Amino acid sequence: MSKQKTKYITIPSKTILPERDASRKPVLECVNLGITLGGIKAVEDFNLTVGRTEIVGLIGPNGAGKTTVFNLLTKVYQPTTGTILLNDKDTHGMTTTQINKAGIARTFQNIRLFKNLSVADNVKAAMNNEMKYGMLSAILRLPNYKREEIAAHRRALKLLSIFDMQDMADVRAGSLPYGAQRRLEIVRALATSPSLLLLDEPAAGMNPSETAELMDSIRKVHEMFQIAIILIEHDMSLVMNICEGICVLNFGHVIAKGTPDEIQNNPAVIEAYLGRKKEA
Amino acid sequence: MTVRRLINLKRVEARRIYLTYFVVILAYVICQTMSSTKILSSSMRGMLVPICAYMVMSVSLNLVVGISGELSLGHAGFMSVGAFSGVATAILMQNFIPFAPVRLAIAMIIAAVFAAIAGFLIGIPVLRLKGDYLAIVTLAFGEIIKSILNNFYLGVDSGGLQFSMLSDTTRLLQGGRLIIRGPMGISGIQKISTFPAGFILLMISLMIVFNLVSSRSGRAFMAIRDDRIAAESIGLDITRYKMTAFVMSAALAGAAGALFAMNYSTIVANKFDFNTSILILVFVVLGGQGNMLGGIIAAAVLTILPEKLRQFSDYRMLLYAIILIVMMLATNNAEIKEFLNKLNPFRKKEEAE
Repeated sequence: MSKQKTKYITIPSKTILPERDASRKPVLECVNLGITLGGIKAVEDFNLTVGRTEIVGLIGPNGAGKTTVFNLLTKVYQPTTGTILLNDKDTHGMTTTQINKAGIARTFQNIRLFKNLSVADNVKAAMNNEMKYGMLSAILRLPNYKREEIAAHRRALKLLSIFDMQDMADVRAGSLPYGAQRRLEIVRALATSPSLLLLDEPAAGMNPSETAELMDSIRKVHEMFQIAIILIEHDMSLVMNICEGICVLNFGHVIAKGTPDEIQNNPAVIEAYLGRKKEA
Repeated sequence: MTVRRLINLKRVEARRIYLTYFVVILAYVICQTMSSTKILSSSMRGMLVPICAYMVMSVSLNLVVGISGELSLGHAGFMSVGAFSGVATAILMQNFIPFAPVRLAIAMIIAAVFAAIAGFLIGIPVLRLKGDYLAIVTLAFGEIIKSILNNFYLGVDSGGLQFSMLSDTTRLLQGGRLIIRGPMGISGIQKISTFPAGFILLMISLMIVFNLVSSRSGRAFMAIRDDRIAAESIGLDITRYKMTAFVMSAALAGAAGALFAMNYSTIVANKFDFNTSILILVFVVLGGQGNMLGGIIAAAVLTILPEKLRQFSDYRMLLYAIILIVMMLATNNAEIKEFLNKLNPFRKKEEAE
């Protein structure tokens, strides 16, 4: 594909689907977000507003800056320009840990599980901030330790059962099959009770039937928890099926935003993915 | 029914924990009977307390190296902080608390507190670093602690505690006593450490470490060890948990230091040098990182071994090194591990499930 400057199509509304959550404030607002990495503007002028219960797809060719956007949202990188408002609060200067406490949980493109911990412990580790007992209770095994541990274990099993993984609770996470590891990452992210869930290529490396299963699970999660989800995905059937709004990135710029139907027929998107027709 | 629920052997970790407690208690009972019936030689009897101290050191370092995943090369430094503060406390209390075990217990607690403070202060700069850099800086801090204690003078007289650095300028009044004498260390220590005290300290440190590991803090330590970025993404405070593990480990090392020091009549800072730090690290690595029982056994074997090899006089350290290498190779061999696994009494149960 040539490196000609892509035409930008601006979409009038900031929220992808404003009518859906019109009565409530959006969960996430990015305004003119940008970052320069090693002299290259990896992401520039990124504007995105996500409604409280919206599923948004973030798509684009490889190297378009999708994962960089996730890293900006979770403050793995601090943005050089622009602001991120999470639940109406400016996240400027926050760390990744604080971002999670404020309500964003994520999964990773290359799976990052706690490999030597059991499946249940992976989930319970994510519930750490909900548990309140101190070290003394832990060392002396006081009643509040037992109460909270039992409650956490129950909740972990409940979360695992969304993905039919409750039977694997005692298995070491590193020895799980690939698909289960991906699902466990989602469960772990959910265990932190986020208001916004970021999924980085959840279907990567899955076969069509596994992808279909994953799609159902994501829908189920969305219905159960009523949270917003942003997902990066190359599997178009998945994106077009479950996303209510789609944002397309290319060379660090948003080239289109809209509903799945609009995106499918958008000339700029087709050009970004397939290249421009050679003019005779 | 209640007993069965109390000791739930279904989980692999639980089995390992109770096996560790069981082995330690069994070893204590055997050693205690042997030493009271004089089957144990007097040289071996004299080693019981240092072995206990080294076992506690091994458990303590395992918390940092095995559970928290940070390589610390200055652990003997915390041991010496505990040794000096513990012994000084014991000497100061000599007239107030005549009952030795209580004095020992208080001395160990004070030692743990001082070592924890040292651990906290050192942790502030050290825990900002990662991997090899962290290891090298802990090494440096271990040496710094040694130099400070080598130049530290502490005395007591009717006016209270007096201390000075570099040279003795405490100017004690008549009847005062200089407790810590710089490079001369502390001498005239009452030997109040006993084997049962060592055993109790070991059991307490095992309880602290095991209960901590199976709590939310322990999960956080291991999560951070396995994947720091993922741990941040689920909202764990990396620095806080690393510091917790480091300080806890330093405190245990301090208590072990007090136990160790009060088994001798004289203690000097040079005893706790780089070699001691490495020796403790060898216990942990040989026993398997994160494996408390392994570390404890390694501590016992590697403390007794040099004594047993004394008959070979000149070849002693050579043989020690060769045995160490062979043990390292053997414990990391898959076939031998498989063989040991066959001997595991719980193995059949696991298959039956």
